[in-house]
Amino acid sequence: MAQIELSAIRKSFDGTDVLKGIDFRIEDGEFISLVGPSGCGKSTLLRIIAGLEPQNSGQVHIDGRPVDAIRPSARNLAMVFQSYALYPHLSTFDNIAVPLRMRRLSAIERLPLLGKLLPARRAKERHIRADVEGIAEQLDIAPLLRRKPGQLSGGQRQRVAVGRAMVREPLAFLFDEPLSNLDAKLRVHMRAELAELHRRLKATFVYVTHDQAEAMTMSSRIAVMMGGELIQAGTPAEIYNDPDDIRVAEFIGSPKINVLPGRIRKDAGIDVLGTALKLSCHAATGECRVGVRPERIDVGAGPFSGTVVHLENLGAEAFVHLAIEGAGLRLIARLADVRHLPAMGSSVAFGFASDAVRIFDPAGKRIEIRLEQPERIREPAHV
Amino acid sequence: MSYAHPIPFRAILRHVLLIAGAALMLAPFIWMISTASKPQTEIFSSELHLIPHQFALAENLREAFAKANLLRFLLNGVIVTISIFVLQVMVALPAAYALAKLRFHGRETLFALVLFGILIPPQATAIPVFLMLHKAGLLDSYAALVLPFTISVFGIFLMRQFFKTVPDDLVDAARMDGISEFGIVWRVMLPAAIPAVTAFGIFSVVAHWNDYFWPLIVLNSEQLRTPPLAVAHFRNNEAGTSYGPLMAAAMVIIAPLVIAFLFAQRRFIEGITLTGIK
Ligand SMILES: Nc1ncnc2c1ncn2[C@@H]1O[C@H](COP(=O)(O)OP(=O)(O)OP(=O)(O)O)[C@@H](O)[C@H]1O
Ligand SMILES: [Mg+2]
Repeated sequence: MAQIELSAIRKSFDGTDVLKGIDFRIEDGEFISLVGPSGCGKSTLLRIIAGLEPQNSGQVHIDGRPVDAIRPSARNLAMVFQSYALYPHLSTFDNIAVPLRMRRLSAIERLPLLGKLLPARRAKERHIRADVEGIAEQLDIAPLLRRKPGQLSGGQRQRVAVGRAMVREPLAFLFDEPLSNLDAKLRVHMRAELAELHRRLKATFVYVTHDQAEAMTMSSRIAVMMGGELIQAGTPAEIYNDPDDIRVAEFIGSPKINVLPGRIRKDAGIDVLGTALKLSCHAATGECRVGVRPERIDVGAGPFSGTVVHLENLGAEAFVHLAIEGAGLRLIARLADVRHLPAMGSSVAFGFASDAVRIFDPAGKRIEIRLEQPERIREPAHV
Repeated sequence: MSYAHPIPFRAILRHVLLIAGAALMLAPFIWMISTASKPQTEIFSSELHLIPHQFALAENLREAFAKANLLRFLLNGVIVTISIFVLQVMVALPAAYALAKLRFHGRETLFALVLFGILIPPQATAIPVFLMLHKAGLLDSYAALVLPFTISVFGIFLMRQFFKTVPDDLVDAARMDGISEFGIVWRVMLPAAIPAVTAFGIFSVVAHWNDYFWPLIVLNSEQLRTPPLAVAHFRNNEAGTSYGPLMAAAMVIIAPLVIAFLFAQRRFIEGITLTGIK
């Protein structure tokens, strides 16, 4: 159980800034996902929290205590690596026992042959055995305790790595893309298991991934990183529905959000593809970008029209790719009803509700909008 | 038929050449075994024959062991080569770990120096090392045979290359688990690098078991002689012209390596392919 606070963390490698001042607070017991495209500095940030990489400036506090001068093992965090990083020469049992042996046995007791003869060690080994077996039971790997990592499947190795992290009862768990080496089916399964594990342990989880589906399904909060900066943090629903930045909107959600070119008129109204939307905003006149999620596009009716250039029928849902003549633009719309799909090459009308629209300025920042209310309701305000 | 022919012919040619080469290489060994098995009269007879008419290996061996303390020399060989190898590993592994996995200023320069060290033949530094041992009063001792070889730049280089292939995550996992940096070297890197250590061990043991140059320079006392030195002295002093016992002694001296090779043939070949040398 721990609360982790990062203040103004900066890190550069060979003169290139990899982290450009990260301020973030991870609450006790949270499952927080750090997401972002490859190379944005997620792993680096995680390694700084773990103490494996020193930051150039800024502080890390765990439970209010500065840990910058403290060795990784003394921070009492556990980390699960993408490659699992199990000791290849040790059995599953010994792999899980390593952190306990390092902590509970003295240097003499750890000596290969001599140590085994010490009576104190024998008693401690009994406790360690009990603890390891308890963990193995919880993770369903008890039958594998004698095997070497090379004789385990990817999913089993993953569990052993989690077991090695759990056994020391750390303040927080750090995961660096732990599922990315698994096949798609197992990944979905392990996703559920990790979420379940979090609920059971009630420990703080910091989970790095570039798979937004993992982030959306497991976390209590998502922090989106881009180019060394943390640009937004919030619950999965907030991140999905209220992105602060067009990069967040584009990164989260699959298929990607549709972005249409728009114009903010002098009277604060907004035009998209020559059609006025029923909303207004306070921003300066000029270009803007209009984002609409695929599932919010209504195919069949609306002021716009496009040609069906591609259809993806997934059985439960379908995605229609629409090309918009004259604009050189492609949109993706999600259809929930796969029984009535438009024909390839046909021209279809489409539209979207005003509240489905997110507007971003040319720099990518979100612009607040006001939905235009029907005249009747607005009148009293004028009077 | 026209194009089926050249291939077997080439294959035959290849085999003939290889067999000829192998025979050429093996000839001295076979001659050694043959001579060791012949009585004195047959060795000096004018006709050449490989198989002795009268088998005298046992007598020659007995004479060799009687004239020189061969067991003592073999023991010297074992003590020296094993000490050299153990000390080399104790120096090379931490050094290689630092060069492969730790980040510090001057690391690349240090590594360049290691590479540079590989280029220097031991004969070039023989005189200064000899003088140092002389000043330290260590000449004519086991220390003189062992100490100059404890730092093997080749070993450091080989282990560093191997450690580079060990994933960084494994080292980081060990740090998270609370293993110290030296602990990582012995508990994590060494077990991962057993094939490389074996390969290096083979090179080191073969080179120092067979080394003639250095023991010849630093030794005086007879009881410290290493096997190659012993064979050479055997010819000069003990045996005179009795080649039978001399060859028998030579056989005894090379036997440990040959037997070790037969037992560890797989490892040996793995090691050599691993290092890609020779
Ligand atoms: N030890 C290092 N030396 C030099 N550059 C590094 C080092 N570690 C990371 N970097 C650089 O820092 C940047 C961020 O790396 P990081 O591993 O944190 O990315 P990431 O967000 O985890 O990406 P991915 O999703 O691919 O794992 C990258 O450009 C990388 O090249
Ligand atoms: Mg990463």
